[in-house]
Amino acid sequence: MGGGDRDNGVKPHKTVFVTVGTTCFDALVKAVDTREVKEELSRKGYTHLLIQMGRGSYIPTKSAGEDGDLTVDYFTFSSSIADYLKSASLVISHAGSGSIFETLRLGTPLIVVVNEDLMDNHQSELAEELAERKHLLYAHPQTLYQTIEGMNLETLIPYVPGDARPVAKVINRFLGFPDD
Amino acid sequence: MEKGNSCCFSIMMVPNSIVVLIAINIIIVIRIFYVIHQSSKPLRNLSLEPVSTLIILGSGGHTAEMLNLIRGLQKNRFTPRVYVAASTDNMSLQKAQVLEASVVDQTGAGKVKEAAQFMQIYRSREVGQSYLTSVGTTLIALVHALFLMIKIRPQVILCNGPGTCFPLCVIAFLFKVLGVRWSSIFYVESIARVRRLSLSGLLLYKLRIADLIFVQWPQLQRKYPRTNYVGCLM
Repeated sequence: MGGGDRDNGVKPHKTVFVTVGTTCFDALVKAVDTREVKEELSRKGYTHLLIQMGRGSYIPTKSAGEDGDLTVDYFTFSSSIADYLKSASLVISHAGSGSIFETLRLGTPLIVVVNEDLMDNHQSELAEELAERKHLLYAHPQTLYQTIEGMNLETLIPYVPGDARPVAKVINRFLGFPDD
Repeated sequence: MEKGNSCCFSIMMVPNSIVVLIAINIIIVIRIFYVIHQSSKPLRNLSLEPVSTLIILGSGGHTAEMLNLIRGLQKNRFTPRVYVAASTDNMSLQKAQVLEASVVDQTGAGKVKEAAQFMQIYRSREVGQSYLTSVGTTLIALVHALFLMIKIRPQVILCNGPGTCFPLCVIAFLFKVLGVRWSSIFYVESIARVRRLSLSGLLLYKLRIADLIFVQWPQLQRKYPRTNYVGCLM
């Protein structure tokens, strides 16, 4: 699991990275930008909050992080969010399968927040299934605070990356190619 | 006797064109059932010749899953490869090109052009587009897809949604019915589908257009028994 908890006087960087991908998901950005969520993250030992806000129009409040407050910053898009995911101690993400699996593969603790405004909301299926298997935590924008407050990241089970070999095998057999 | 005569007479009265039409229809229906039946059976590829492969890239997560699958396939068997992506999606073909370049590096062959081609296609339905307007856009996509399919005529089609793949699969199926080209159509349902098939997946399943449909969750296989559960690709 990412992040350090060393107690050597200097407060270690513990970043929460929020990502909405290429979508517009103001409800999530608003939810993390509330005082109760930021205070709870601070209490849990996180020092920085970085928000990738995508096509949303809600602008979160920046903060330099004085008086032990969370340092808050945001940006709209980045060609690759891999580095942000890698350096984060906690990821709060929309339910897109791309960012879910990218985060799980890095082993970074993940809270997936489902966008209830989407027309065809099949996305929650995947997040719910992975939450049931304890690979991630699952929340709605309005329950994010409760999820953070009650979260115990120790209980999360690392995700074992999938494997294309079984499909490849079936396809090869179907086409009459021998197994190697 | 009289009865028999009148019966014969009434058959004679039916215009020939209708008889021919009915006969053609029956032949087509029989042919469609034959194609569906044959499609569900494995091929006997005794020559072990490589198969020309059409790879239809969806977008975002769909593309990532498909490229994971391609990485697991023997490139010398599935060659040449044609990658097709929606014209509104500029990331997918780039990612496929990166993958193909790494294949060339591995084999040291230095001929991406011969082994892989990259094409764009009009999309039948954007994410979130209403089903009603989808009808019109699907027609345009069909014409373009027909043009591409006549050019490519693949032996194997690999696809995993969303809408982009549907017209191409329908045309491939028609080619099978008409005897233009026999292709094996493989559809991999997205990992994001846990409880229900996507629209493309459901259509290919119900219409029996795909030879094999793969799903990545066991509960989905239980709900749609003719699918194949293969575990997670991601």
